[in-house]
Amino acid sequence: MKYPLILLICLLPTFSYAGEAKDLAEDPVLEQRMVNLAQNLRCLVCQNESLASSRADLAKDLRQEVREQMKKGMTDQQIIDYLVSRYGDFVLFDPPVKSYTLLLWYGPFVLLLMGVAGLALQLRKRKNTATEVQLSAEEAQRAAALLNPPKDSQT
Amino acid sequence: MMRYLWPFVAFVVLAGFLYVGLGLDPHEVPSPLINKPAPAFTLPQLYDPAKQFVSQDMKGQVWLLNVWASWCVSCREEHPVLMALSRQHIVPIYGLDYKDKNEDGKAWLRNGGDPYTLVATDKDGRVGIDYGVYGVPETYLIDKQGVIRYKQIGAVTQESLKEKILPLIVELQAK
Repeated sequence: MKYPLILLICLLPTFSYAGEAKDLAEDPVLEQRMVNLAQNLRCLVCQNESLASSRADLAKDLRQEVREQMKKGMTDQQIIDYLVSRYGDFVLFDPPVKSYTLLLWYGPFVLLLMGVAGLALQLRKRKNTATEVQLSAEEAQRAAALLNPPKDSQT
Repeated sequence: MMRYLWPFVAFVVLAGFLYVGLGLDPHEVPSPLINKPAPAFTLPQLYDPAKQFVSQDMKGQVWLLNVWASWCVSCREEHPVLMALSRQHIVPIYGLDYKDKNEDGKAWLRNGGDPYTLVATDKDGRVGIDYGVYGVPETYLIDKQGVIRYKQIGAVTQESLKEKILPLIVELQAK
């Protein structure tokens, strides 16, 4: 008698969770598809959050909209186009390559090229200026004396 | 001399970009709907939910669609501006009460005055999504052909009216 009761009490928290994850339980496959799509979309209210993670009301509405469109059989691309036509490219975390995003996409590579070119230029300049110094016979002798002192003077 | 010049130029360019960036509002996302036909909708009216507001009926006149809600804080700021505009009878203002309770919306208009020719209610925010609404208030200027010509994100102010909206209205009404 005692054990079933303890078991029941242990299970109570799991029952209370059942209410919250309702949307997921309805159709886990669709929900997963929605989450995958929404992770790459921006919530316009809290702009650094994805549509999947945001708790803003608009994000909730848009997630619902995405679910419904998926149920209607629309492809992911169609849903993305639908949202872009209303909210602009800004909803995409991955901005498309367009004439006005060229700088965004390729600017870093241009900077890298400029850096490499600058470095190459500097190195070439240095090679030209740093010529090998020619020592006279006397200087060479002095240098040798300094570098290799006679053995007896070492003690 | 040259060794100091280039870092200095780079600094000035960077500072210039950052300075311009300071003046930009990241919450103002340019709407892709500008110069596109306004999405058509039919919604129940606030004062008489049995009657419908049909956006297509508005063709042939220039009008403002103001998205508002009783729970929206910036709408309070905007309200006197809209009241003043409605008294001038330049352009009809139509309200879209966004995700609001009818009683709350009506009470709000009773207290602050009603600048709207008519108010439609968008309870589930569906029409809002069609219009790309992501923050209330938002205001759309729609021309005689039913094309969106301007979108004000956030509260309509005296400055935005004077500098952008009113000149555009005059221009569109003359067409």
